[in-house]
Amino acid sequence: MIDDLRYVYAVCRPLAAPLHADLTGVGGAPPHQLVHEGLVAVVSPVPERDFGREPLRAHLEDLAWLAATARAHQNVVAALATVTCPLPLRLATVFRDDSGVRAMLEDESDRLHRILERIDGHVEWGVKVWLGSGDADGEGAAAGDAAPPSRRPPESGRDYLRRRRAGNAAREESTARAEVFARRLHGDLARYAAGARLHPVQSGPLTDAGAGRNILNSAYLVPRTWSEEFLELIGRTQGARPGLRVEVTGPWAAYSFTDDPESGAEPHGDEGAAEHQDAGGAP
Amino acid sequence: MSASVEPFARREIALVDVLDRLLAGGVVIAGDITLRIADVDLVRIDLKVLISAVNAQVPSPWPTAVAGGGAGEWRPE
Repeated sequence: MIDDLRYVYAVCRPLAAPLHADLTGVGGAPPHQLVHEGLVAVVSPVPERDFGREPLRAHLEDLAWLAATARAHQNVVAALATVTCPLPLRLATVFRDDSGVRAMLEDESDRLHRILERIDGHVEWGVKVWLGSGDADGEGAAAGDAAPPSRRPPESGRDYLRRRRAGNAAREESTARAEVFARRLHGDLARYAAGARLHPVQSGPLTDAGAGRNILNSAYLVPRTWSEEFLELIGRTQGARPGLRVEVTGPWAAYSFTDDPESGAEPHGDEGAAEHQDAGGAP
Repeated sequence: MSASVEPFARREIALVDVLDRLLAGGVVIAGDITLRIADVDLVRIDLKVLISAVNAQVPSPWPTAVAGGGAGEWRPE
């Protein structure tokens, strides 16, 4: 225990009550509060054999380990979010010992206070727009009012190509309409919210195969007391577009709003995404 | 819709939504040991394919993130 490293979940303002005794963190150890200079770091001990630099590097490539660690981290942050507005730290922020955590609270004090000030009293809502869902060919249902595809076998190669072009055109049109809808929705929600962020759209094996195609994946910072109105605003858009589905997640702690309000940098611009920005230029 | 806005407490949170936030969100602080997913080689399994948050092939559908507080305008493409 004494040789364990310190995993930090979140920083928050001093809490009125102790953490729930049943709360468990990464690796099963209960998190505790480390109070220093008017800030609280929520910390639990983790073994060096898992969180030292090299084992951590290996673990981060193990999806099962990553999933369990992420869920444990989220579990602690969510518990904190019921009693305060925690500032979540990036997954796997680890220090050698308590004095390392205290030094961090001192060094980062100004920035942490600025971000805590901004997110105070707010929660994050996630909104996703999906095009089509559940149908066998993935996007057929999204074609909307386009002519239904013929079920007859094509009579010729030319017939096949013509049908294929028609299908592609219908898909492109439905995608374009979905994007128009998503932009408008995002614009409306962003005007209402204290902050808005776009996340990359979801795809790949972790995404629900029946969910359709993800058109919008965004997050909004909303005053806790406005949440109901915010959800009503989203609810009113339902049914506006056949073939589109709006999914809401939350309330989350303000994970997507942790950039420094005083820095002019793009949110998350210092992250992995930035280094890839010029890698996928359209031809 | 009503099912979609059901609070978290009553349903399982999708792993992909958790990872979106924990791998791309949260304040980044230089810990004594801090590895971001972007720092990891990701050679053993292709996590970049699994997780949209770190997938360079799946950028945001529009040019950049939008700053909050009334910044609902889209940049022209």
